[in-house]
Amino acid sequence: MMKNLIRPALTLFVVLSVITGVLYPAAITGVAQVVFPDEANGSLIQRQGQVVGSSLIGQSFSGPGYFWGRPSATGPVPNNAAASSGSNYGPQHPALAEAVKARIEAMRVAHPDQAGPVPADLVTSSASGLDPHISPAAAYYQIGRVAKARGLKPEDVQRLVDAHTEYPSWRIFGDRTVNVLKLNMALNAQGRV
Amino acid sequence: MNQSAVLQTGLYLLVLLTLAWPLGRYLAALMSGGLAQRLGWMGKVDRGLMKLIGANGEEDMPWWRYATAIVLFNLAGLLAVYLLQRLQLSLPFNPAGMPNVEAASAFNTAVSFVTNTNWQGYVGEATMSYLTQMLALTVQNFLSAATGIAVVVALVRGFARKHAQGLGNAWLDLSRATVWLLLPLASLFAVFLVGQGVIQNFSPYVEAQLVEPVSYQVAKTDEAGKPLVDAQGAAVMETVTVRTQTLAMGPVASQEAIKLLGTNGGGFFNANSAHPYENPTGASNFLQMLSILLIPAALCFMFGHMVGDVRQGVVVLASMTLIFGAMVAVVVWAESHANPLLVQLGMDAGLGNMEGKETRFGIVASSLFAVITTAASCGAVNTMHDSLMPLAGGVTTWLMQLGEVVFGGVGSGLYGMLLFAMLAVFLAGLMIGRTPEYLGKKIESFEMKMVSIAILITPLLVLGGTAVAVLLPQALTSLWNPGAHGFSEALYAFSSAANNNGSAFAGLSANTPYYNLALGLAMWFGRFGVLIPVLAIAGSLARKPKLAVSVGTMPTHGPLFVVLLVGTVLIVGALTYIPALALGPVVDHLQLFAGQGG
Repeated sequence: MMKNLIRPALTLFVVLSVITGVLYPAAITGVAQVVFPDEANGSLIQRQGQVVGSSLIGQSFSGPGYFWGRPSATGPVPNNAAASSGSNYGPQHPALAEAVKARIEAMRVAHPDQAGPVPADLVTSSASGLDPHISPAAAYYQIGRVAKARGLKPEDVQRLVDAHTEYPSWRIFGDRTVNVLKLNMALNAQGRV
Repeated sequence: MNQSAVLQTGLYLLVLLTLAWPLGRYLAALMSGGLAQRLGWMGKVDRGLMKLIGANGEEDMPWWRYATAIVLFNLAGLLAVYLLQRLQLSLPFNPAGMPNVEAASAFNTAVSFVTNTNWQGYVGEATMSYLTQMLALTVQNFLSAATGIAVVVALVRGFARKHAQGLGNAWLDLSRATVWLLLPLASLFAVFLVGQGVIQNFSPYVEAQLVEPVSYQVAKTDEAGKPLVDAQGAAVMETVTVRTQTLAMGPVASQEAIKLLGTNGGGFFNANSAHPYENPTGASNFLQMLSILLIPAALCFMFGHMVGDVRQGVVVLASMTLIFGAMVAVVVWAESHANPLLVQLGMDAGLGNMEGKETRFGIVASSLFAVITTAASCGAVNTMHDSLMPLAGGVTTWLMQLGEVVFGGVGSGLYGMLLFAMLAVFLAGLMIGRTPEYLGKKIESFEMKMVSIAILITPLLVLGGTAVAVLLPQALTSLWNPGAHGFSEALYAFSSAANNNGSAFAGLSANTPYYNLALGLAMWFGRFGVLIPVLAIAGSLARKPKLAVSVGTMPTHGPLFVVLLVGTVLIVGALTYIPALALGPVVDHLQLFAGQGG
């Protein structure tokens, strides 16, 4: 009863595998490389012929003259783009409160001009560990420190932040964001660190 | 915040239902064969394919032949996925030199992708070669979805036909669903995704020179690799500085598109749809959410067309949408509240629960995605479910436990919901003392036995598997979070596996012999333990005559039946799972907000 079913099962599987597992990804790659080459290859940012990162992948910053991004839970190094991961801490995991407490203290020390609560995205880790963005509020929080370290006027830094604020797609889907790497590269382009 | 939630959810449903209507008509024409008759070239391709594989495309298969064909086809997939992982180091397209996958993990992943679960115990970008991602995983993303469509079409034919022995031709159904539905949709969607920033290449991983070097602490080890400790017993740390960032590459968009359209959910990367290379913008996120529920919603319209009464499909779709809307409201509400323990420490509460979320999506698009992916048996995630607030985590767990019938998986969602529809007419029949009928077919003891098996097998796997997992010492070491949340992790894992969802409370270390084996079995029996009874029902229904509507017939096309169907789904789900949920998410919530007045 099964005999005349085994051969079609195997051959159909092979034929559909070739179509969906070889021809389809190859065709999409071909189209993508012609129509959207930058995006298909990772939205890479080059400086003097050298790849310095991707506009979609967050990098870690800790110097006083830079805007800082989301905490990253990837290991061993934060923002490890070869092993994405979140923290997977549940709301009551003791390590979550411990980590957030340490981050809040560090934020307060680094931003003596800010008295209020610390923006949530600066002290909680992102889902991918590679979040390239922070909220506009989190960027504003850091303006005073960055301006001081670079000897710039806070208004000028704020203008730069505003210029780098991205709106939700079609103004509806998602939240407003600031791309940290692009903003920091724009700061560097102004020449003073 | 609330305005944005209503706007995003409302627009989402509007666009979804608008697109599902024409796609449902297309599906009815495609799967009934009418389209191939009208378009000669399409018929030629179909016939050519049947000739190529050596099958008789004209054969009308009885249910057991149809079921055997489906199982054999899936066994071939199981073997292929397993072998490709075990041999990937010797095969081409492995620029990162990924080693062969270990046996238990390869077994788990093979079952996972064949059963449309796409549970992932491994880290994609650090485990799978490009060839494995394409020829093993992408292929199964198509074929497991096609399997679901074939089975639900066979069931619908069972309702539509009378005095018939056959349910259609499995080979033709599988190839039509793949070639004329999934392939064109996935191609369009993949190109759109690349336009948004999803990568699609075969390049080796890229080394980027960091703008600012990063220093971090690691535990120092001796020459044997053992961690060094100082006089106080604390680990000795050393500072390491890195100047480069390795960017993982690959053919992502082609897999991403079908991962969502086929309600598969297995990500190219570990972080799945939270990874900026899988889901870079608000627009890509919206389209991803849309493509998860598109085919499940369209199948409801197809069902209506094929049984000759569109209202029957609308009733099923309305029932799904009602449950879905209520769940969205709860999750958005829960996630809009910041974790009170962190607010006490001085964190701003305005953004809500941002742990494990991406800034570009924010609370609303993350919560909506979480509900969609667990309502469908998709399992893709754009937010880390382990870090959801307890009640939101509870809702997503429960949505899976309902049997993945709120839209559900491609095909499996609708056939699961039709099982509940038969249960609902049976319960109503008991109440009014009549032989239950659905769509002109008498629902008799054989059908009810099969319905019972199909509905009870997943709770058995979920609750049994969780019970064993919290008793076995080697399983307990897999838990990441302490307390009630740890129990939720195990419960979520088995709910996800047995209902073929595939998302996880990912803190759980699932790549262990126990979890690889136990979840592998749960996925297999959760899929085929439902699918085979469904085909048996279809065979039995097809043989029956179609009864004429009389005054004694309970109408199943109006609001009353929506209430009955929603009630049946929720009551069965509540009776089965509330005790287990009370031990996990509910305790977690009460503890978190104890003394918070909330």
